[in-house]
Amino acid sequence: MTTPAAAQRPFLSVNNLSVAFPTEDGLVRAVDGVSFSVEKGQTLAVVGESGSGKSVTAQAIMGLINRKSAKITGEIWLDDQELVRLPASDVQALRGDQMAMIFQDPMSSLHPFYRIGDQIIEAVQVHRNVSKKQARRETIDMLRRVGIPAVERRVDDYPHQLSGGMRQRVMIAMALINSPSLLIADEPTTALDVTVQAQIMELIASIQDEFKITVILITHDLGVVADVADEVAVMYGGRVVERAPTSVLYLKPEMPYTLGLLSSIPRMDKEMDRLDPIPGNPPSPINLPAGCVFQPRCFYWSQVPDDLCKTTRPELLSTGPDHLVRCHLAPDVRREITAKVLSELAGVPS
Amino acid sequence: MILLLFLLTVAVFLLFSILPGDPARLTCGKSCTPDIIEANRHRLGLDKPPLEQYEAFIGGIFFGREFSEDSPQPVICNAPCLGYSYNRHAQVLGLIVNAFPVTFWLATGAFILWITTGISLGILAALTHGRWPDRLVMTLSLIGYSLPAFFIGLVLMFFVIIKWRWLPFPSYVSPFDNLGQFLQTMLLPWIVLAVLYTAFYMRLTRNQVLETFGEDYVRTARAKGLPERTVVVKHALRAGLAPIVTAAGLDLAGLLGGAIISENIFSLPGLGSLSLNAVTDSDLPLLAGITLCTATFIIVANLVVDLLYAVIDPRVRLGS
Repeated sequence: MTTPAAAQRPFLSVNNLSVAFPTEDGLVRAVDGVSFSVEKGQTLAVVGESGSGKSVTAQAIMGLINRKSAKITGEIWLDDQELVRLPASDVQALRGDQMAMIFQDPMSSLHPFYRIGDQIIEAVQVHRNVSKKQARRETIDMLRRVGIPAVERRVDDYPHQLSGGMRQRVMIAMALINSPSLLIADEPTTALDVTVQAQIMELIASIQDEFKITVILITHDLGVVADVADEVAVMYGGRVVERAPTSVLYLKPEMPYTLGLLSSIPRMDKEMDRLDPIPGNPPSPINLPAGCVFQPRCFYWSQVPDDLCKTTRPELLSTGPDHLVRCHLAPDVRREITAKVLSELAGVPS
Repeated sequence: MILLLFLLTVAVFLLFSILPGDPARLTCGKSCTPDIIEANRHRLGLDKPPLEQYEAFIGGIFFGREFSEDSPQPVICNAPCLGYSYNRHAQVLGLIVNAFPVTFWLATGAFILWITTGISLGILAALTHGRWPDRLVMTLSLIGYSLPAFFIGLVLMFFVIIKWRWLPFPSYVSPFDNLGQFLQTMLLPWIVLAVLYTAFYMRLTRNQVLETFGEDYVRTARAKGLPERTVVVKHALRAGLAPIVTAAGLDLAGLLGGAIISENIFSLPGLGSLSLNAVTDSDLPLLAGITLCTATFIIVANLVVDLLYAVIDPRVRLGS
């Protein structure tokens, strides 16, 4: 924190990032003007439904989106490098080294033809000039650290010989093998059994403590976010619609979409006849509504005068310390709605 | 597999015993009288019950057999005996063994040609997906697919051999006797035979490789920071080409049973010509023999392909 220029910029900051894919049906705006930042060692959770653009954002940061088939604009600053304009070969050198990613489905994310040890060793040797023997030693160490039992034997197994949870541990070991400073976890527990989900989330949290890694956790499940994230960005229709520190987002959410997500978490601590899903479907990224993208599914848009929600895109505006909301409703109206919905959720008659 | 081969012999035997047309009548043509037919029927062993005939057929394969046992000059057919062709007055096995090298060279040469061009152009198309090399390859594939082999064969023959006289008239010799003439003879048949398969393999390879490009593990390979070339060659192609081994093995085995059209156009004395002649002459013992051989090739190729696939893909290995 001594050099001001470097100190002012967070470790990772995404500014006005847009990713658009030209298709025969028109331009698909998968990500549209997304901004967020994460301080070193912190965890940002990016939450949203399928198609909200969260995975595309993650892949854009990793440079996994083919620049020939997509139009990427905006800025992605990782430490002191801007990744959107960085030559592809330089991004490739950062990938798997400075920044690493684990994916949703560990069943299909490992190559079925190669031994798990060899797949990790390959990741070591592409970034560091070490002997195969040394790489193998490091691999075995890392596999042990992520909790693979009988590592000496397992290291020469093929992926199909491991369970889903074990494969995700292998993916985590592969991601961590070069001590990255940024780890992106794209729905790391979605494809796993519930009991295994908790283990994997614990593993990610403990790894973050141990290695002081910055983590972006992408999920559609607000339930898993509470324990691990410092800040939450809620995405909808390719945009960030609300951003707040985790406790604020859970206790005082202001965007109706976030409220909807919170209401649809199943709970054990009170009687619920049924879940409260958000009605309707996410918008098609080809024909986005002219106004607020959430308006067609929103319960409250009629409370905004002049059909503003139907005609004008709301901006992402500050509503409290570190709390940004994209909504036309007046702040006091929003807070009233929130209080009402949350008290209903808690079972207190309003 | 042994069981499969056994069932195969039964099937072939049944197929050729229930076929319409009396083999005994076919042996003497216009000079037939009922007496001669009866005599021939006895000579061929066709008056015996089917089971006994089948026993003799199988016994012949393992121990050899004699035909025309009663006549003063019985034909001795040593094991493995596939039968005796009365039309040709020759043993079926000998006919097949003579024709097989021609078919073998034809199939192998065409195989090498179509595998190399088909797979490499298919990969090229996949790598340039949606751009002009891809479109060109796909157009070529469509054309190659639509042109019948006899058409390409006759056109090539007319221009290259008859009109422009770039190559001499085909006349088969063994490559060990006269390599130059062998190559001159085989070049066009190879091309004709390879065109159809190349078209098919270009498409197959392209689709396979494109499919693996979308696989999660290819994305993982990229996320590791591997250079694009390693991603493509080591991760995408290895997985994408595995299923092509299956198709290639079976196609080659099928061709070893004879390429009827190509062999006939270029008058190559291979199994294809032999079976066509056998059909036109109603030479049933010969047809049965060729069918048995071809089917055996395919069964063996199936086994080889399965074994090979286990080497390529660890998921199909047993006992792990």
